[in-house]
Amino acid sequence: MEYKLIFNKYRDALKENKLLGLKCNQCGAYTAPPKPICSACSSEDMEIVPLSGKGEIQTFTTIFVPPEGFEAPFVVAMVKLDEGPWVMGNVEGVDPNSVTMDIIGCRVTVGYKELPADKISAGERIALTFSLVG
Amino acid sequence: MRQVAVVGVGMTKFGVSEKSELEMFSEAAMDALNESNLKPKDIQALFLGNAVGGLTEGQTIIASHAAAEIGLQGIPATRFEGACASGTMAVRDAFMWVASGYYDVVLAAGTERQTVTGTAFATRIMNTGAHSFYESATGITFPGMFAMMAHMYCHKYGIPLEKLKKQMAMVAVKNHKMGVLNPKAQFRKEITIEDVFNSMMIASPLQLYDCCPISDGAAAAVIASADVAKKLTDKPAYIVGVGQGCAGGLSTQRDYTRLIARESSAQQAYQMAGLTPQDIDICELHDCFTVAEIVATEGLGFFDFGDGGAAVERGDTQMGGKVVINPSGGLKSKGHPVGATGVAQVYEIVNQLRGSCGARQVEGAKIGITDTMGGPFASVGNIILRRGW
Repeated sequence: MEYKLIFNKYRDALKENKLLGLKCNQCGAYTAPPKPICSACSSEDMEIVPLSGKGEIQTFTTIFVPPEGFEAPFVVAMVKLDEGPWVMGNVEGVDPNSVTMDIIGCRVTVGYKELPADKISAGERIALTFSLVG
Repeated sequence: MRQVAVVGVGMTKFGVSEKSELEMFSEAAMDALNESNLKPKDIQALFLGNAVGGLTEGQTIIASHAAAEIGLQGIPATRFEGACASGTMAVRDAFMWVASGYYDVVLAAGTERQTVTGTAFATRIMNTGAHSFYESATGITFPGMFAMMAHMYCHKYGIPLEKLKKQMAMVAVKNHKMGVLNPKAQFRKEITIEDVFNSMMIASPLQLYDCCPISDGAAAAVIASADVAKKLTDKPAYIVGVGQGCAGGLSTQRDYTRLIARESSAQQAYQMAGLTPQDIDICELHDCFTVAEIVATEGLGFFDFGDGGAAVERGDTQMGGKVVINPSGGLKSKGHPVGATGVAQVYEIVNQLRGSCGARQVEGAKIGITDTMGGPFASVGNIILRRGW
């Protein structure tokens, strides 16, 4: 089998503001981040599709002690996309110091940000970003 | 499968060490061998838990170097890596190989030295436990993953954050209180709920005293067939159940209050042992963060889901409670040298079964379970031990 949606392809599309996922031709479920088989039914019969890039925050944290190479504070959240999959990203456009649990359930749109490589990453990195709607 | 026992254990003091991972391993390994009345040449295989030695000390193929430290060449020496669960994975495989009849005596150990890198790079190293391509670039940290667990726990069960934070602080207070009584613990000082609330924020809602420290240390256990064990000790601790489970990154898991890896692993261990959570007297579990202890006590079946925090308030997990959780002081107070932690949990349970824990002894402890979790709730192992005399 061949890994259909490899990271480099996903990353290049994201840089053109397209969030790619996979849609299963057997059960219709969406898989993201990419996997070689359907996350719902394990079928290999999937096609690459653009996702809506819209979703809802499920949980979050504001990080005050960051890994090397990151500037704190910043917010990390898990978002359930409208198509079903969950993705991790950084919530932008909010004051990280004053984010509360009220942010859970908020609607977001997905963007991206690029990070330089460090000594233990496989080249340049890219992270999803979430902007609150409204 | 054959009956299998732990015949001897060893452990360094946990904390900040000037010794290397190989040097700490050697001390713990020789203590375990001496306690077992065995020599290194009696060991047929070495299984070593070590998570990030390649990044902290620049040491790879560490299992082979570790074997050579104690004069062993030619035997299989294998490193196990499952982040914080690495040591338990080594113990579990040692059990499996002896239970199968292939080996009679295996040395399971773990070693880790993480204080050498400083907090920023240590945090980057642990950040690699998330999915490197789809998660790590967000800057997610280990405390951050468990912080998201805490927020989800409150949201799911309708528990006000202030209430959970107090319950979490009570976990820290309890484990520090136990750690005072453990001469091998990194922190031997009592703290108060106010100390927790006054400590710096690490990843909201987790504050510094909700978090275990970065630590150095090693632990070792000699695993032998029951027949061999009976010749070596009159106090064998039988391994009666083991389990191990995995899960992917946080984006592949949807409920951080019900961990797939743990529930699978614990079920395997209880089933193999023919025991239920009600049979357990003591438990050493993965309190890397205070909320993790609460969620673990539920996943291991001691309390209903959503009741783990209230159980702490009722005193069910403290000395004299329904099931004594982390009599060693846990990761929180004893310290958490990642690859060594699972083996150190076995060290504590074995000593509790023997009745040799002094001031922190749980009277009459006959059955104990360990629980170790690695990465983004991505690897969990459990070992159930029973007094063999």
